[in-house]
Amino acid sequence: MPNRTPLYDRHVALGGRMVDFGGWEMPQQYTSIRDEHLAVRKVAGLFDVSHMGRLNVDGRDAEAFLNSIVTNDVAGVHPGHAQYNLMCREDGGIIDDLVIYKSSPTDFVVVVNASNREKDVAWLRAHLPAGVAMEDRTSEVSLLAFQGPRAEELLPKHTSDTRELPYFGFVKGSIAGVDGYIARTGYTGEDGFELFVPSKHVGDVWDALLENGRGQGVLPAGLGARDAARLEAALRLWGNDMDETVNAYEAGLGWTVKLDKGDFVGRDALAKVKESGPRRRLIGLSMAAGNIPRHGAAVIKDGARIGTVTSGTHSFFLEHPIALALVEVPSLRAGDTVSVDVRGREAPAEVARLPFYRGSAHTASAPAKSKDSN
Amino acid sequence: MAERRYSKTHEWVTVDGKTATVGISDFAQAQLGDVVFLDLPKPGRKVGKGEAFGVIESVKAASDLYSPVNGTVAAVNENLTSHPELVNSDPYGEGWILKVDLAGAVPTDLMDEADYKKAAEAGAH
Repeated sequence: MPNRTPLYDRHVALGGRMVDFGGWEMPQQYTSIRDEHLAVRKVAGLFDVSHMGRLNVDGRDAEAFLNSIVTNDVAGVHPGHAQYNLMCREDGGIIDDLVIYKSSPTDFVVVVNASNREKDVAWLRAHLPAGVAMEDRTSEVSLLAFQGPRAEELLPKHTSDTRELPYFGFVKGSIAGVDGYIARTGYTGEDGFELFVPSKHVGDVWDALLENGRGQGVLPAGLGARDAARLEAALRLWGNDMDETVNAYEAGLGWTVKLDKGDFVGRDALAKVKESGPRRRLIGLSMAAGNIPRHGAAVIKDGARIGTVTSGTHSFFLEHPIALALVEVPSLRAGDTVSVDVRGREAPAEVARLPFYRGSAHTASAPAKSKDSN
Repeated sequence: MAERRYSKTHEWVTVDGKTATVGISDFAQAQLGDVVFLDLPKPGRKVGKGEAFGVIESVKAASDLYSPVNGTVAAVNENLTSHPELVNSDPYGEGWILKVDLAGAVPTDLMDEADYKKAAEAGAH
């Protein structure tokens, strides 16, 4: 029996086509992936992302602990900011990607992928020192993502002022009269918010956001629109674009690895990869209409298979198919041409600059604000 | 015979004289999700009942299209090149896919609306 979020009944009532995603029954779409995706790009879309795991990590040594187990420098993050991070095995393989929200050096919330939550909890617990506590709060706290260029102006009444909130910043505040946390984070490339609210009140917040956006073009948006938006923004999806056999440099996420911050799990392996250069590289591919590159499709150059499509879709916003692919030729450059196996024949693809689209997010797919970047 | 009949593979067909019009059912378009591309044959190509004549791509997957009748392709819906979403919004009207000059009679094993509905619903579970 898959898990359901507190908004399950609302999804069904809105016509959501429910599918299994990471062990959760979530809406793939309500009316149309196209319409929902375009709403996110042009106005705002509302996503239930309560399937993602929310873990509280706190205690005197919480910061040192997290810094010893993730790649980015948690100590460099100002309180009230979030940071994108990877958690790696000793050999550098990516266990999961996560966003760490830092309230203080002793108080963090870690947001992890739904499909990895149990694995992540076990891994963190196995490394947990005395003086640090971890609590899985996924059931008690729900998470909404309200994303789009007009998200800020379309927040409902009785919501805290967000105008001073920087990209990747978060504050304790009120959302439609419900106390929670407002974070300027997301997974679409657009400006917008992720809202942490108590599960018993999340229905009220969901309703208020949709009600306030009615007539303005705000739509509830499902996994299909979310996948298309994140792919245009070249935001990686764990399980597709990376997994435990892929390292940060291959995934193009070397910017999250701070080798000089002190020891952390996977550091030695990653230092070696950095020195020798990655063998593989995640690249973007752009194709002509009708050639939809699917996950797992072969990437071919000069008659030889050089890699595999990791994510692909037809972009309704860019109006042509796009893909990410992991290739064994790190030297490929934007503008180079390769082929992709589409329905058994080779279709031409051009290596594209990433991201495919830079939305209204203040710094799409950029590192979190940290002391050394100020 | 203007009545719409259906194949097990979710195509529909209506017949006007010696010409059949072919599309996919409302059930099929809903299952596929947003259609983004159709790979269709050129007029003049012979098609046989049960034979794949083209491919329909949705955001989710690529699926083969099967001819419910025997004959020769007379026309394809050129509007679908720029507006493949017509298959979703109007599967029995503007979203038609193929016109076929029939060779022989319409196969008798095609289903009527009620039987098709029952079969589709049973197959969905």
